[in-house]
Amino acid sequence: MSEYRIQGNTGEWEVVIGLEVHAQVTSESKLFSGSSTGFGAEPNSHVSLVDAAMPGMLPVPNRECLRQAVRTGMAINAHINRWSRFDRKNYFYADLPQGYQISQLYHPIVGEGEIEVTLNEKDPDSAVKKIGIERIHVEQDAGKLMHDQHPTMSFVDLNRSGVALMEIVSRPDMRSPQEAGAYVKKLRSILRYVGSCDGNMEQGSMRADVNVSVRKPGGELGTRTETKNVNSIRFMMQAIEYEAQRQVDLIESGGTVVQETRLFDPNKMETRSMRSKEDAHDYRYFPDPDLLPVELDDAFLEECRASLPELPDAKRARYEAMGLTAYNAAVLTAEAETAFWFEDLLAEGVDAKQGSNWLMSELFGALNKLGKTLDESPVNPKQAAELLGLVADGTISGSIAKQVFEIMLETGQGAAAIVEEKGLKQTSDTGAIEAEIAKIMAANEDKVAEYRGGKDKLFGFFVGQTMKAMQGKANPQVINDLLKKMLG
Amino acid sequence: MTDFSRLGVASIRDGVAKGEFKAVEVAEALNTRVAAAKALNAFIVETPEKAIEAAQAVDADRAASKPLGKMAGVPIGMKDLFCTEGVQTTAASHILEGFVPTYESTVSANLWKAGAGMLGKLNMDQFAMGSSNETSYFGNVISPWRRNDGGNVALAPGGSSGGSSSAIAARLCPAATGTDTGGSIRQPAAFVGISGIKPTYGRCSRWGVVAFASSLDQAGPMARDVRDCAIMLEAMAGFDPKDSTSLDLPVPAWEAGLNSDLRGKKIGIPKEYRLDGIDEDIAQMWDNGIAWLKDAGAEIVDISLPHTKYALPAYYIIAPAEASSNLARYDGVRFGLRDLPEGAGLQDMYAATRAAGFGEEVRRRIMIGTYVLSAGFYDAYYTQAQKVRALIARDFENAWSQCDLILAPTAPSAAFGLGEKTSDPLSMYLNDVFAVPASLAGLPAMSVPGGLSKEGLPLGLQIIGKALDEQGVLDAGLAIEQRSGFTAEAGEWW
Repeated sequence: MSEYRIQGNTGEWEVVIGLEVHAQVTSESKLFSGSSTGFGAEPNSHVSLVDAAMPGMLPVPNRECLRQAVRTGMAINAHINRWSRFDRKNYFYADLPQGYQISQLYHPIVGEGEIEVTLNEKDPDSAVKKIGIERIHVEQDAGKLMHDQHPTMSFVDLNRSGVALMEIVSRPDMRSPQEAGAYVKKLRSILRYVGSCDGNMEQGSMRADVNVSVRKPGGELGTRTETKNVNSIRFMMQAIEYEAQRQVDLIESGGTVVQETRLFDPNKMETRSMRSKEDAHDYRYFPDPDLLPVELDDAFLEECRASLPELPDAKRARYEAMGLTAYNAAVLTAEAETAFWFEDLLAEGVDAKQGSNWLMSELFGALNKLGKTLDESPVNPKQAAELLGLVADGTISGSIAKQVFEIMLETGQGAAAIVEEKGLKQTSDTGAIEAEIAKIMAANEDKVAEYRGGKDKLFGFFVGQTMKAMQGKANPQVINDLLKKMLG
Repeated sequence: MTDFSRLGVASIRDGVAKGEFKAVEVAEALNTRVAAAKALNAFIVETPEKAIEAAQAVDADRAASKPLGKMAGVPIGMKDLFCTEGVQTTAASHILEGFVPTYESTVSANLWKAGAGMLGKLNMDQFAMGSSNETSYFGNVISPWRRNDGGNVALAPGGSSGGSSSAIAARLCPAATGTDTGGSIRQPAAFVGISGIKPTYGRCSRWGVVAFASSLDQAGPMARDVRDCAIMLEAMAGFDPKDSTSLDLPVPAWEAGLNSDLRGKKIGIPKEYRLDGIDEDIAQMWDNGIAWLKDAGAEIVDISLPHTKYALPAYYIIAPAEASSNLARYDGVRFGLRDLPEGAGLQDMYAATRAAGFGEEVRRRIMIGTYVLSAGFYDAYYTQAQKVRALIARDFENAWSQCDLILAPTAPSAAFGLGEKTSDPLSMYLNDVFAVPASLAGLPAMSVPGGLSKEGLPLGLQIIGKALDEQGVLDAGLAIEQRSGFTAEAGEWW
């Protein structure tokens, strides 16, 4: 990867980045209670006695959340800890009814792993870098405070209280905002493939705490700051850029970086100090005595492994082996949605090359124009397969297919029905085509002579003229064959 | 006419089942006794209507020839640590005053399902922290017992289940629930001459029981004899998927299995419990207990539990550590007391609410627990205490290669006077010295009356068993009960 350096007055500086990504686990119910995890519900409508920490209430682990964490760990080739344990992180706040968060400090469920990151996923020549992952642990989310509901009071919404989060802690292996961005993109892609997190940063399903320090290239690690709760990749990259520059300016003007927690303000594009190390809480972590250690047996691990889908790197390699270009394979596998859409297309019997070209040019082009995502596509893989099938079996030509697709997008009609209704079927009626060719040859005697004199390039001219005369509905192969015979 | 206050659990259950009397008659009689015993301050809330309601249901079931539960027609007292739907539950703390749960604890629900009725919520040490029932926000419970010196010094009923022990000894109820974290069933049972068993950790669900120290808290029955304890424990125990630490095992038929023939059993006598300067009466009672078990056919063996002396310090680290975290939820935000001074912010509200809501002993333990878990002290205290806990469990494991059960005193002394130890928390804590090791190891342990002190006060013998061997513990308890001839009762002065 290209080296990212900050130019200071004293020379070049290198930035060192580590990320703690909080990813909401996809599950119907919360980590330790049966309450729904549904987004956007009325405040305090998804709150059980356990979530509200009523006296005598006890947590019961949701196996599905643990399963998702284990599957995620497997997807990043991480060590899965067969024995893990929940700890209590103690602090007082109004969004934390128990007065402690149930988390995993000492014995996380997932140990060391790594993911491969390509700075530019779409560039097959882009260098690949391994980013180490230190651990993934499972913990409870807190509730939400609402400060805008009352002039003197804050309201508390406990719907999120107790929702399961995975905290995915990277090693300080990233050296530029771009690398950090590529890492989060890749991580999000893996989570979506695995189905353990929807990766939706707008809804807060994924957010990152960003650890940044600067040093002279190759020198000792500097003091880091932690910028909390950054909720988009763009903001994260901006925060890193700002924070690294701030630290360089500070050091070069004789100051020292203090270890502290900071917040990113996307409006002002700057980070601000939230609290310093001296004000840091003493969380008094200790093993949660309400819960037994989590012990994973072979059958459980086997099921987790068997349920893993093909992951992006493996899928990309397979697509390339199927004959797709490296670029196509990269684009199709970068996002789970695209890959799953393409897989559905293949499952309908569409040829891989034909399907990938059509998806990347026609479908993406159309969606782009409509301002829609793949999930919102008006045409589903089954409908697309019908259209591509008509091209493959020679019923319509590629250019007619474009027209049919436009009509499909507008009306939602099926491809075959459109072709039938509009009479777009291409003809292989040699008599009709021969008649048109004869007319064209008569009208272009000079060109016929030139062609026969050795100007082969003119063949294309005759194909075009014939297709035009047939209003695009003639089978190109038949045109080719007839032209060769008649000009020959 | 039958004096219902003299009947135990089995007698009431059997009498009701045979139609000798109606459950409602029993409930009415005991409601009257409860109402007349205010001087003992054993109850925080009386619920005569609940007792009548449950009795009527049992009588109706019997009239309809429906099968009756294990505790059908038996009115009991419910320690105020158990959440009871629609009835105030306070853990004897101001911070929960007025709190009325919308849910019923698993243990109390099991009892109601078995046909028991509730006479009321029993007073206790605040958040179950105490050994004399002097830390309750609702005032001290008074023991019905008096010393035989003609004086009228008010004595401690033990703690933390002091309301339970006092009410049973005063014959206000035949049985009551207790909870035992470090002796809170056994020590009060010993102080008032009744029986009580703390089962193996995990036998009784903790769901809906206000938590003190989660890894130690365990509910159990208190009653006037061993059989009654067996019956009630059967009704209380059972797997509960809502408590992750609950044991997924069937509940044995302890009552049917009672057998006081101890031939083939080995009873261990731990030398470390014979402390220097042990109370003479206690030592004498212990020797009597040994003789009774020998008489029942058991073989007596000397054993060693070498880490016993570290049990109490380890307990007073682990229990407060867990409590400091468990009690964080009492913050004035969602239920119970809220003290919101004029212009106060969130932190001020927490401080004011908790300062006003928690009693002195609770505050002391929260501070100890917070201290031992804090950065820089965690390893020196909490980690060390957990190691000691493991060693204590290992002591018992080693002992089981030599014996089946262990016999020891329940407490180092007879009941003391109210106020005698309140100024010295350490001497109060020392009262738990014999009870705490079994708690740390999660083992079943029972106290049965072993005799009277020179002052005429009850003393308790403790039997500790292997994990899950409640039957062995109850059997040995029964063997002692049959030989001790303990019939002493507190005179009715209230």
